[in-house]
Amino acid sequence: MITPSRFFLFSTLLLVFLALTSLSFGAVSLSFLDVINGFFEDSEHYFTIHEYRLPRTLLAIVVGAMMALSGALVQGVIRNPLASPDVLGVSHGAGLAAVLYMTFLPDASTNWLPEVALVGGLLAAIVLWLLCGTSSSAIKLAITGVAMAALYGSAIDFVLLVKPLEVNNALLWLTGSLWGRGWPQLTSLLPWLLLIPLGLGLAKHLNLIDLGDDSAVCLGTKPNIIRLISLATAVGLTASCVAICGPIGFLGLIAPHLTRRLIGGRHQVLLPATLFVGALLLVIADLVARTINPPIELPAGLMTAIIGAPYFLWLLFSLR
Amino acid sequence: MTISTDALTVGYHGTAIVQSVKLTVPHGKITALLGPNGCGKSTLLKAFANILKPMSGDVYWENQPLQELSAKHLSTQLALLPQTQPIPEGIKVKDLVAYGRSPHTGFWGNLSTTDLAIVQSMMVQTNVDELADKLVSELSGGQRQRVWLAMILAQETPYLLLDEPTTYMDINHQVELMHTLRALNNQGKTVVTVLHDINQAARYCDHLIVMKAGVLICQGTPSEVLTTEMLQAVFDLKAQVHKDPVSGTPMCIVED
Ligand SMILES: Nc1ncnc2c1ncn2[C@@H]1O[C@H](COP(=O)(O)OP(=O)(O)O)[C@@H](O)[C@H]1O
Ligand SMILES: [Mg+2]
Repeated sequence: MITPSRFFLFSTLLLVFLALTSLSFGAVSLSFLDVINGFFEDSEHYFTIHEYRLPRTLLAIVVGAMMALSGALVQGVIRNPLASPDVLGVSHGAGLAAVLYMTFLPDASTNWLPEVALVGGLLAAIVLWLLCGTSSSAIKLAITGVAMAALYGSAIDFVLLVKPLEVNNALLWLTGSLWGRGWPQLTSLLPWLLLIPLGLGLAKHLNLIDLGDDSAVCLGTKPNIIRLISLATAVGLTASCVAICGPIGFLGLIAPHLTRRLIGGRHQVLLPATLFVGALLLVIADLVARTINPPIELPAGLMTAIIGAPYFLWLLFSLR
Repeated sequence: MTISTDALTVGYHGTAIVQSVKLTVPHGKITALLGPNGCGKSTLLKAFANILKPMSGDVYWENQPLQELSAKHLSTQLALLPQTQPIPEGIKVKDLVAYGRSPHTGFWGNLSTTDLAIVQSMMVQTNVDELADKLVSELSGGQRQRVWLAMILAQETPYLLLDEPTTYMDINHQVELMHTLRALNNQGKTVVTVLHDINQAARYCDHLIVMKAGVLICQGTPSEVLTTEMLQAVFDLKAQVHKDPVSGTPMCIVED
């Protein structure tokens, strides 16, 4: 474990470095100077930097941070390293709701997509809770969640087959991509950023939940209420991201888990730190996805899945 | 300032385990809860701590039903060491002990210098200060038990409820724990503890409460309670009761 101050210093520097790298590379590579000039309207790279790469990089940072926090909140209250919004099927539930909305109400405003995704995510969480109850084992919860996620995934495929609207666009969205996302998407995400302080505010209570419900009660907290607020916040964070980028797999699982290994389980440090780890991971994933074989862009969700799936399996097998 | 119950019936999922118990915990003393496995000792302690709500009857703290007290207030009055504790991941000993300050800290859980001093002195008192920077998950069972004890001591409550605090401890640490409890008692704390070892209870505790199958059988000083009849009736044990040659308290010796 490393000390929190060292962690935050190092990860801030790394994030700045990666953000600048992300602004430099893509279909065309730009020098550092071009990147700086690109912030100003008279530069020939203004469009590339300001309209295209900057919002996309910012979005990767924000979405990565939100998904990681969402995962940390879920892992915090379920006391289960396998729990995360995507493993539990919340992301795909949100995705299914969004696809149904776009397919059957093609004229409706996409501004409502986050709310629709939120309803889908909440429903998925409730379904899981009905299937498993509150005191399920880690394995049972994970397996049920993965099964539900697969079910929602098939439902999405089915809808896209029978109602092939803009299948290409939807498919791209569903693999979890930041392609073509810009300032409008970033702006629509802003109000949902309020969920971040709400989540961070639970830190003290999440620590106590780690000690078991009996101890938590005796130390003055109400585990059931904290669990409810945490999960609702997590679903909100995930759904608002899914509405914009599609379900970016495994980010909510890996980021908090990695953070816990790096700086420990005290939530006053863990929660803020996981924001950084999530942001870093998604910026890297998006950067790699864009530059691995230009001009073809792979979805960032593919990258996170390539790292995430083996990580998940390793976790599953290392559970006693 | 005391815990009492009146016609208390409590259990799980509609099944009563502890039935119509009426008792008053003697203030300022060390009380041991005794009884065979599964007789409801832990259940009774959880009712004392307002973790389980009574199915009927009431638990009172200072003559007020527990349900009428805020969780926050109660957490400054009663502390509980549960029988089994989960092992939190990636938490250092000093952090865990500091969690015990939660009822006294603010929204973000920041520790004042006073809080830090209390955490340090509780770690010294339970002899875990040398483990301060270790991860809780790397400790032995007995060490972990002492760390948790330090944690609930840091809560600084006048009442301590301990559920089998000597489990996992070697004999040396068990004796040390009993001395720590007496020291805490001398500082004015009231202790209620579940113990497995009847002789240990008779030697180190002031008051014994004996339960069987969820019902209160008898209570009183060790010499009042520890009799061959009681051992036969409650534990189904043929035993003789003698005077401990060192402490003069009663002790039982199994006949067969
Ligand atoms: N969480 C629970 N749910 C259902 N039954 C329980 C639970 N905990 C304990 N019991 C039952 O209550 C009875 C008393 O348990 P407990 O109070 O733990 O006994 P003791 O601490 O005296 O060994 C046992 O029969 C046990 O099976
Ligand atoms: Mg017990």
